Amino acid sequence: MCGIVGLFLKDKSLEPELGTMLTDMLITMTDRGPDSAGIAIYSEESNANGKLTIQSDDAEAAFDGLADALSNAIEAPVLLRRKDTHAVLEMPAEKVSEARAALREMDSSIRVMSTGDILEIYKEVGLPKDVAARFEVAQMGGSHGIGHTRMATESAVTTMGAHPFNTGADQCLVHNGSLSNHNSLRRKLRREGVHIETENDSEVAAAYLTWKMQNGATLGEALESSLDDLDGFFTFVVGTKDGFGVVRDPIACKPAVMAETDQYVAFGSEYRALVNLPGIEDARVWEPEPATVYFWNH
Amino acid sequence: MQTFDLEAEGLRALNSALHAQSEQTNQTVWDIVNPKGSHAIAVGLDAPIEVNVKGSTGYYCAGMNKQATVHVHGSAGPGVAENMMSGTVVIEGDASQYAGATGNGGTLVIKGNASSRCGISMKGIDIVVHGSVGHMSAFMAQSGNLVVCGDAGDALGDSIYEARLFVRGSVKSLGADCIEKEMRPEHLELLADLLERGGCDAKPEEFKRYGSARTLYNFNIDNAY
Repeated sequence: MCGIVGLFLKDKSLEPELGTMLTDMLITMTDRGPDSAGIAIYSEESNANGKLTIQSDDAEAAFDGLADALSNAIEAPVLLRRKDTHAVLEMPAEKVSEARAALREMDSSIRVMSTGDILEIYKEVGLPKDVAARFEVAQMGGSHGIGHTRMATESAVTTMGAHPFNTGADQCLVHNGSLSNHNSLRRKLRREGVHIETENDSEVAAAYLTWKMQNGATLGEALESSLDDLDGFFTFVVGTKDGFGVVRDPIACKPAVMAETDQYVAFGSEYRALVNLPGIEDARVWEPEPATVYFWNH
Repeated sequence: MQTFDLEAEGLRALNSALHAQSEQTNQTVWDIVNPKGSHAIAVGLDAPIEVNVKGSTGYYCAGMNKQATVHVHGSAGPGVAENMMSGTVVIEGDASQYAGATGNGGTLVIKGNASSRCGISMKGIDIVVHGSVGHMSAFMAQSGNLVVCGDAGDALGDSIYEARLFVRGSVKSLGADCIEKEMRPEHLELLADLLERGGCDAKPEEFKRYGSARTLYNFNIDNAY
């Protein structure tokens, strides 16, 4: 099992409510995935144009003085906003990859959750309500976001095994299902030089999409080819800087419900997750077709 | 009429109250408000009561139903009317995957579309879908009737035993051992009855019949219709 929720806002007046709505949706999906939870949120509220979201199990020590040290290393201003075990580092966009390399040198206990201009990913082990509270997700605004509650089947319950997975700058993926060819695909991707951190099957899917896009595919094309190259059960929801997409495997065992109104497009593993959205009574509600790529852009 | 607020009173209280109804109950009509996609609403009923669910339901609504009429005024999640024995279940909206799975009897009416695996392993249930059905519908169907007024997806009736499938629109593909069959007068008569029970004004002559070629399993003549 696993639970997925997603919300893509068309009506800007709802943007301050994004975190509140996503939190409610995420908590409703607790019994589909009580092991860990995570959220990817797209917000243009900050002034800087490059973001690195990082995590450390010893955040107190790891984040102390980090902004200054990193600022010296990359010779650019760095702002650190800490949220529990995570912190968002804001800096000029062109310095993000340099900063990522510098971080690896400075402190190996720091893990990068996401990179991008507007994306932030927060994820931890624990019940969705606790994870959402730790990161104050309800207080976050934004244009779109994706959440995931995990019931682990293929690999250990850890922070790095939690979803969403960052697949590239401002891109993320969540997965409900299990992949059966993830070991062979991981070996293949590693031979291609793709960095894969865990034994998790979903991370392989994320890495696969990243690799496809690095080789010139659009996200839509990468999703299309995933239908041929990934073996197993999956419903994927992916986020990009200005949109989000959905694809299900051809057998489509893993549940998915979508709703659309003039104000938003919403995704839930179950209709339950959508019932408190404004105007849901009059929304167009449907089940996405198997082996069909859906995409919405701002 | 009894009105039951599912959000306020909870699922266990609802199903306990419905299970407590006997053949002789005077509380014959129940309205359930605020279903909000909850799972297992009105499962295991065994009394001639009428249950109206005012909204959409989650997994396994009206599963194992006997005698009761369950009417969902919304859409239904996966496994609606799973293993139904008798009675009637009506869905005003769409039904998610494996609607009517393993049903032994009774009538399931879906006024919208049903997604994949509708009527999988059906064993005697009658299913009438006003819209279309998804892939692998009537997979390993053993007995009963599936009526589809719209189109059917891939692999209709794969590995079918002895159920009858009637489709008005297109069939994307037939599954293993499923073939088109002659529509004889007795089938038109049967279909007219099914359409009437399903509240559907389609004409029986517009449908094609599909069933088992009987080459995949050890055919026993006693199974034949």
